[in-house]
Formats: sequence, structure tokens, C-alpha cells
Amino acid sequence: MSNDGGGETGGDHQLRVSKIRSGTVIDHVRGGQALNVLAILGIDGSEGEELSIGMNVPSDRLARKDIVKVEGRELSQDEVDVLSLIAPESTINIVRDYDVIEKHRVDRPELVEGVLSCPNSECITTGDEPVTSTFDVLEDGVRCAYCETIVRTGIASLIDT
Amino acid sequence: MRHDHLITSKQLSRADIETVLDRAAEIDADPSAVADRHANTLLGLLFFEPSTRTKMSFETAMKRLGGDVVDMGSIESSSVKKGETLADTVRVIEGYADALVLRHPRQGAATMASEFVDVPLLNAGDGAGHHPTQTMLDLYTIRENAGLDDLTIGIMGDLKYGRTVHSLAHALTNFDARQHFISPESLQLPREVVYDLHQSDDGPGIREHETLEEVLPSLDVLYVTRIQRERFPDESEYQKVAGEYQIDLETLEAAADDLTVMHPLPRVDEIAPEIDDTAHAAYFDQAHNGVPVRMALLDLLLADGGDLDE
Ligand SMILES: [Zn+2]
Repeated sequence: MSNDGGGETGGDHQLRVSKIRSGTVIDHVRGGQALNVLAILGIDGSEGEELSIGMNVPSDRLARKDIVKVEGRELSQDEVDVLSLIAPESTINIVRDYDVIEKHRVDRPELVEGVLSCPNSECITTGDEPVTSTFDVLEDGVRCAYCETIVRTGIASLIDT
Repeated sequence: MRHDHLITSKQLSRADIETVLDRAAEIDADPSAVADRHANTLLGLLFFEPSTRTKMSFETAMKRLGGDVVDMGSIESSSVKKGETLADTVRVIEGYADALVLRHPRQGAATMASEFVDVPLLNAGDGAGHHPTQTMLDLYTIRENAGLDDLTIGIMGDLKYGRTVHSLAHALTNFDARQHFISPESLQLPREVVYDLHQSDDGPGIREHETLEEVLPSLDVLYVTRIQRERFPDESEYQKVAGEYQIDLETLEAAADDLTVMHPLPRVDEIAPEIDDTAHAAYFDQAHNGVPVRMALLDLLLADGGDLDE
């Protein structure tokens, strides 16, 4: 039986997404959102992170889910919280020596900085100004702290990559 | 509550607004009492969009307080043309001036600029966003003509791009005001603004309409804005709606005798000139009120480094 949080029923997808020794397992990501999860966390493998990604694997809770495993990196609660924007159902397990030592659920942060870019082309943050995009998180979307544009759908497409 | 900058009318409480309006009334009654109050004070004018009136009104206000202005001049002749960022411009001009007035075509410009300066910054319009000093003179005019409580106001015209409308609507949620928004469907209030109005509205509420007829008789104030021809994809679309949103003496036959008609100006053909000489017309007073109101705002923001509640 898996204890790294990657196994829903200990079933065959263990073969597809290998166990990690130490790091973070992000599970129950809505199917197809795994790459957005990495983007929102600013993880692209360029710093040598060892990543395992399972996409559209069968799940009891969500019909299809994605799993992201990041070897050698423990996500902070702040990092975990921005995931709520695109993967509100996800669960996060911090693993050390193959044991889950912490489980987090994502919590909606009050604001996210430097993660999303504003879709309003008239917004000051979309020019060449030295300003970090900032969005207030609403119950059903996000809102640019500068031009006040509210975005309710397609938030993942605003991820600044 | 302390404000170092005036960015949006949303940041103002009823008490803040009343402080400003009361101060403006004092100044209006006796301008000479404040003639030297801000001697040696310099106001920096940064207008990235042309605006003769707002700019002159700030300039007049500062000079009537005994101070002076420094002006970055037209955009064409400034370093902005050379690609300098707004963040750099405000940091440079901050070194010359005791307070800054900013007009900029991009939404959120004033919010961003305020993060880079320590002197008070007043937003004189950021794209389709906010125009809080206009709102203060609008409120001053409404208070003089109709009072701010138990008010029924119709706000008509281009509500989508009209920043004066957005700022006014936010500010009115502090009062016991029924707000009726009248516009063609394509120029309705942005959903963001409606969202905020519903969030902050614990009073009689807001309603949206496409024609003036149904609400006109109940109005104390009719606030008219210009429908810009260039907002419409084609001329025939414009012609379809334009007539609905122009008022003349015949239109006003259905209105209350004491209806106050306002307009942030410039007008084109929304208000027939025949209304100018009636008791309804408040738009020229409204424009005049810009000076005492901006004097009050500058006075309050410059005093003790910016505290609207003295
Ligand atoms: Zn924005």
C-alpha cells in the first residue's frame, strides 16, 4: 500500500507515477491541470527538480485526476494556497524517507502576487512598469488589485509562465 | 481613518466625504481666508492624457491656496515619449513637488504610482477606472441642490467607459441614495462596478434601465454623461440609441419641478441648450465647484502629510 499519497486505492497507477523519497505529492488535481499546477508553482524543471507527473489517471473522488510529485522539494503553505485557484480539491502530502509527514489541504489565499497576468490590456500591470501583478482572491474568482478586473473562468490561462 | 493618497472614491467613508464637502463649503464662503495657507507649496501636474479643464481646475485650486504648480508639459515633449516608465516619472517629479496629480490612460495607473511616492498623490482619472476628485465636486453639487440623503438619482449615458460614473456610484453607496442607471445595453455599467455596488449596498439599492421614461418622474437628480459616437461599431447603431439619451424641455415635462440636471462636461448634444436657463441646470455650477472642492482636497491632503479626518 502506498503511503506517499499518490495511491488512491493502491492500484495500478502506482506503476505510472513512481513513489518519491522526499518531497511533495500533489494529488487529486483536476484532470488536465497538472502542467498548470507546475506553472503556478513556478516549477519547470530548470533547477534540476525531479518531477513525476500522472495525468488523467482513474480516481474515485474525481473521475480522472492528475498527480504531481516533486522530489526533493517541500512546498510551503503559501505555495500550496495558490493552488486553490486552479486545483481547489487537491491534497498535498509532504514526504520524508517515503513517509507522509504532513498533509495539507489547499486554502484560498487572500491574494496572489506575481502568479497571474491581468487579461485587461488597458491595465497598468500589462505595460512595461516595474510592478508585480497582484490579484485579490474572491469567493468565485480573482480580481486585479490595480485595474479591478474580475476573472471568474479560465484562471489557469492567466498563469504567468 | 488616514489617507495619504486619493486613488478611488471607494476608499472614502461617509465621514471622509463630509469632511471634504464641509471644508469646500467653508472655502467657497470665504476663499480669502485660505489665500496664503499653502504658500511655497508646489503641486506636480502629470497629465498623460489631455484634459484642459481638470488640469486648469487643479492649477487654479493650488494657486488660490497660495501655492504654485509644476507641469510636466505635453506628452509629446516629455521623456515619456522616450519610453520612461510611469514609476520612474513619478519618482523624479516627487523630488520637485509636495503633491502630485496624475491622469493616465491606463486603469490602475494611480494605484501603482502611489506605491512609488511618499507625497500625496491624487488620481485625476485612470483610463476607464476612477476619477474621485470629479466625484467630490459632483457630491458637493448634489448636496447643495438636492441633499445626499433620501436621494433618487438617475445616471444616464455611457456608463461603461464613464469613470466619473463609476466613482460617483461607489461614493453614493455611503448615503441613503436610490441609484437608477440608464444606458443602452452595450454601454451598461461594467460588471465589476455592479459587483462592488452590490457588495457595499445596504441601502435602497441600484437598478438598471434602458429608457429614461420609466424613472424620470421619481428623480431628484439626473446625471447625464456623453455617449461617444466612437464607442459604436457603426453609425447606425449610434443613431438608434442617441435620441433616447438626449434631453430637452419636452423630455423634462415629465420630471419633478425641482429636478437637478448635472453633467461632468463637456457636453455635445445630450442636453439641449434651452435647458441652460432653467432652474434644472446645475452643470455650470458643478464645473465651478471643482475649484473649492479641489482646494479642500489639497488642503486636507497637504495638512500634516495627509489626513482627511482632521
Ligand atoms: Zn489589471
